[in-house]
Amino acid sequence: MSGEVKGMNDQPLIELRNVTKVYPLKSGDVIALDDVSVSIHEGDFLAIMGPSGSGKSTLLNQLGCLDRPTSGDLLIGGRNTREMGDQELTGLRLNTIGYIFQKFNLIPLLSAYENVEYPYLMKYRKTDDTGYISRLLAGMGIDDALAAHKPPELSGGQQQRVAIARALVNDPQILLCDEPTGNLDSVTGRQIMEMIRTLNEQGRTVLMVTHDPTVAQCAKRKIVIKDGRIA
Amino acid sequence: MKIKDIIFRLALRSIRLHFLRSTLAVLGIVIGVVAIATMGMMGANMTLSVTDQLSEMGNILVVKESSGGGGGGMPGLGGPGGGPSNDEEYIPEDQFKDIDRIASKYGTVYGLYSESDTIEVGEDTRRATIYGLDESVIPEILTLTDGSYPKSTSSVIIGPSLAERLDLTLGSKIDIGDSDEGPTTTVRVVGIIEERGMSMDLNTDSAIIGSEKLFTGIYGGEGDYDQVNIVLNDINDAETVSTEITDQLNKKEEQVAVQDSSHMLENITSTLGTMTTFVMAIAGISLLVAAVSIFNVMMMSVTERIREIGILRSIGTQKNEVRKMFIYESAILGVLGAVIGAVASLTIGWVVVLAMVGSTEYFLAPASLIYVPFAMAIGLITCVISGAYPAWSASNLDPIEALRAE
Repeated sequence: MSGEVKGMNDQPLIELRNVTKVYPLKSGDVIALDDVSVSIHEGDFLAIMGPSGSGKSTLLNQLGCLDRPTSGDLLIGGRNTREMGDQELTGLRLNTIGYIFQKFNLIPLLSAYENVEYPYLMKYRKTDDTGYISRLLAGMGIDDALAAHKPPELSGGQQQRVAIARALVNDPQILLCDEPTGNLDSVTGRQIMEMIRTLNEQGRTVLMVTHDPTVAQCAKRKIVIKDGRIA
Repeated sequence: MKIKDIIFRLALRSIRLHFLRSTLAVLGIVIGVVAIATMGMMGANMTLSVTDQLSEMGNILVVKESSGGGGGGMPGLGGPGGGPSNDEEYIPEDQFKDIDRIASKYGTVYGLYSESDTIEVGEDTRRATIYGLDESVIPEILTLTDGSYPKSTSSVIIGPSLAERLDLTLGSKIDIGDSDEGPTTTVRVVGIIEERGMSMDLNTDSAIIGSEKLFTGIYGGEGDYDQVNIVLNDINDAETVSTEITDQLNKKEEQVAVQDSSHMLENITSTLGTMTTFVMAIAGISLLVAAVSIFNVMMMSVTERIREIGILRSIGTQKNEVRKMFIYESAILGVLGAVIGAVASLTIGWVVVLAMVGSTEYFLAPASLIYVPFAMAIGLITCVISGAYPAWSASNLDPIEALRAE
């Protein structure tokens, strides 16, 4: 499955239509998203802001096909994800969506290179003998020597660069960033944001969750979530 | 590095990180494999040993006058092999001829007279079994360690136990009959028979064997055989000969019963097989315990790696690949346990077989060694089954929940 999705010029690449997400708890239902509708076009750079617990991460998880809405629809490239099975959604995450996490989420056993190589192997089912992964890592400032190290041996900034390389390795159209600078110092954070902005300029659609207004300034547009609704 | 290799390495790492826990789980499998393989090998060695011993007399059919009971089974110790026979039960000459006509093409057929009587050797008086056989048949069925076969009505051959007990040698004289009750018949020992042990047809170790004429000269009853023995050339003919004899001789009424040692062999083999299965089932309980241990290890592994599972799922790893990772882990434990268990089985099994069966003659026989791969397979399957639920549970984790785990 290539997972290649196309957003027509007049049709959004990603569209949320009246999405509601309810978490049923013993103490009562928690409405994390309440009738949210958003349209995101190809090449967009959207910052999702809001206080803690407002539902912005829930929204990103919906956009990243990690979760399904309780009601409403999520359309990616015009296709309703409600009609997709788990295998197809997993394929979308592999081929179309790159996820960058606040806590990097690298696999500690694997080297930096292997962490990036993993999704590549999952997609192409063959090793990279063109040097593409090494070049990608070098582009993120991770040379071969560093790439041989395991994540715990790298700094936070280096780990996030590896995580970005992993998110990009299958050339996804959509980049989802969940507080990408949240665990980094300000200088490294700026460098990472510069990278993300460049990726957007290269044509990738970027959706970024942040509570930091400075970081959000990099985005082309912002939405603010409060109590599960777009404020 | 291929995708399988990554998944395999992740599985391997989990085992390495929890070395002690994994070792104990492997040990459980090792014990289970050793128990099953050893018990199986012991049973197989017992069966092979008994079969071999019994097959030596498996080619013998004994035909007796029917006393209402059916054929088959081991003749009692009080039968012609070991003691006096009932005078009312005998095979008459015409039946013997019928039996000979049917069975002679399959092997040697001979009628047997037998009687238990008092014998006197010097001052020593004892009881012994006296057999009367056709002189021409004796060399065919009995082997001598010393002397020659009887050629006259005054010469006999004797079993080694009797010779030893009464200190009899070639040329020794034996008086058959009780001199206090009447005249005795004096015979001379001309040969000592090779030790035969217990058998269906003749128990010669403590017996005196003479010609038919000698026997009927003492006891009368010429042509009334106590039993007819058939020594088959091919053991596989036993069923055919037995059926032919009973079909033809028992047409109108049941006159003869054929005792076939193959039935006895089957019964013993079947009993040993049942015993082996039972013992193996008990041994299998240890594998059940190992299965619980593996299940526990795998569930803990899933719990500890929830976050990793979340990462893998969030970057596009399919459920079945997550499943494979855990199946690999349990399979690695299973393979390790099975291989170590197999090696240990060969050593421990050898000792157990030597101690229980008394011989390792059949230890390397395919029927014995087959239990090693059998136990390995059971061990491996146990591991994979034990890992199946944890693997399924891991693959069905909610990626978001998994990513939140610390």
